Amino acid sequence: MTAILQVADLKTSFRTDDGIVKAVDGVSFSVAKGQTLGIVGESGSGKSVTSLTIMGLNDKRAATSSGSVLLDGHEILGVSTSELQEIRGTRMAMIFQDPMTSLNPVKSIGWQLSEAVLVHKDVTKKAARDRAIELLEQVGIPNPERRVDDYAPQFSGGMRQRVMIAMALINNPDVLIADEPTTALDVTTQAQILRLMKRLQDEYNMAIIMITHDLGVIAEVADDVAVMYGGKVVEQATVAELFDSPQHPYTWGLLGSLPRLDSKADRLEQIPGQPPSLLRPPSGCAFHPRCEFAFNRCPTEVPPLVKFGGPTHLHRCLLGDDTRQEAWAKKKAAMKVEAAA
Amino acid sequence: MSDDLLVAEGVKKYFPITQGILLKHEVASVKAVDDVSFTVKRGETLGIVGESGCGKSTLARCLMRLLEPTGGKIVFDGRDITTLDRSEMRPLRREMMMVFQDPYASLNGRKRVGFIVGEPLDVHGIGTDQERKRRVQELLEIVGLNPEHYNRFPHEFSGGQRQRIGIARALAVNPKLIVCDEPVSALDVSVQAQILNLLKDLQREFGLTYVFIAHDLNVVRHISNRVMVMYLGKVQEVAGGEDLYKHPRHPYTGALLSAVPIPDPELGKRRQAIVLEGDVPSPINPPSACRFHPRCPRFHEGVCDVEEPLLRPFGAGHEAACHFPLERWPMTAEEIRNPTETVAR
Repeated sequence: MTAILQVADLKTSFRTDDGIVKAVDGVSFSVAKGQTLGIVGESGSGKSVTSLTIMGLNDKRAATSSGSVLLDGHEILGVSTSELQEIRGTRMAMIFQDPMTSLNPVKSIGWQLSEAVLVHKDVTKKAARDRAIELLEQVGIPNPERRVDDYAPQFSGGMRQRVMIAMALINNPDVLIADEPTTALDVTTQAQILRLMKRLQDEYNMAIIMITHDLGVIAEVADDVAVMYGGKVVEQATVAELFDSPQHPYTWGLLGSLPRLDSKADRLEQIPGQPPSLLRPPSGCAFHPRCEFAFNRCPTEVPPLVKFGGPTHLHRCLLGDDTRQEAWAKKKAAMKVEAAA
Repeated sequence: MSDDLLVAEGVKKYFPITQGILLKHEVASVKAVDDVSFTVKRGETLGIVGESGCGKSTLARCLMRLLEPTGGKIVFDGRDITTLDRSEMRPLRREMMMVFQDPYASLNGRKRVGFIVGEPLDVHGIGTDQERKRRVQELLEIVGLNPEHYNRFPHEFSGGQRQRIGIARALAVNPKLIVCDEPVSALDVSVQAQILNLLKDLQREFGLTYVFIAHDLNVVRHISNRVMVMYLGKVQEVAGGEDLYKHPRHPYTGALLSAVPIPDPELGKRRQAIVLEGDVPSPINPPSACRFHPRCPRFHEGVCDVEEPLLRPFGAGHEAACHFPLERWPMTAEEIRNPTETVAR
């Protein structure tokens, strides 16, 4: 399995009036074709900026990036706008949280879908339109021949997200980046969209980067997971490893914060405090002010990414292995998750 | 003093759709809430859950008399409040407060926190300036904010802290009932957990009664004693939180439970799911009889689309409105499609 997208030591900072904001601070990961990488984190963790940097969509006047992004072995970080335009849409595509603001309300769906084809391929308008109808059918829009001439406001939220997916896939991209694609949707619609993405991933054999704040969504769709906090990946693992034996106290906090149907706990295992300011991040481990297991090294040392168990499981925590396992066992017991029937 | 703090009987809210400019006439109506009845006992939390457009927020506003219900009766603390006028409602507003979804939009950005939290005291003429200030600082402390931040503006606080301000404001006049409309859906997971814990602590400390509205079944089940499931303006099922999750009777409840992502990859792969197709139909022209029938895996022609199912008891305060209730849970797709028992009609 070779990686189609390899990100190494990616850093992005923004110049603001108040100082430099290090939104992404040394992020590395890779995704293979047909695989899904989940990136999970709260607001300000840097998960969206990571994806925008990969797509080259940051405002160039304010943002500076370094590191490397290899798409199929070719460096795409810092290449010219025209080269990026070649890549975006054909090799990599992106869908966003709010499908209403991502679609143009005064152009028909068919016009917008055809445009995506016509920009990149030398085909007739008729062929582009046929391709648009074909894609609408694939994403499960009923009566695609008729609905292709409709406008965005005539579709429901779930249907609009389907249109966005159709637009992203119209040129068979290798990588699809989905930034909170189901956050604005109702739960039954979310289930439909997640199933649709899974099916299309199998058909197109593409890599998906799924950005979300919802560990439940991660558990359903991801193969690998990166947990981000304060611009850094604090834990990285296969989905089974992450839910089986999470190693970072922040991951425990996220798991404990989730109210879940199969838990008997009366109180949630909350994380105290607020997410950190990226303008003035805490020294050492960014999570230490909120971490109940912090000790004297945490405020001074920046923890490196170290292996735990197998080669796929990495974390940034300074606690000793034994102490960490004990702490997790205690946390897990407090969550009172019922054994599966 | 009766055990029931809030009783709703057949509450309806129709929004008219009009045509014409000079000669306006009603052409149709949106039946946002249609014949909803329930009771909330003192000290309990009733959760109301449903997808967008199910009428849960409209219902909340009707309960508070922020919207005039089209029909039905609302009894608060033994008193029928459905027809009270503004001045008669005013003293009652002290006893029922509301917490809103968006902590950015529901606080006045030009006022200081002290003013925002103390405004209900001011409106109801409670205490002197000195007493009010002390009360506000006490409230800020109760909800976990620094009382010294009395003179700050809302924009100086994060989303979670703003929601705490909203809660402090609701607590200011010692209400009996707090209606929370999606109080945590705009917050990050870790902050959401803090607010849910805070709401539970406050309930214990002050004996509060909550009506808690949310679209997230996990959140509702965590905080509520009883949960009411709504779909297109109608109540589909009411049950104790535990009971609803273990033995859902309505196929729509089953579908909601199946759609909730479980933060456990093993469990997620094993579970059986009712997957719904399509979208929630328009409330302007809702499906006949059972409003869920066009999407229901248990749909029976000639029954579900002809006769409206009424809420029927299933023991221990559990009620569901379905002709072919689920026999057990979880079920395989096959079992879901082929009901073995029908409710005698």
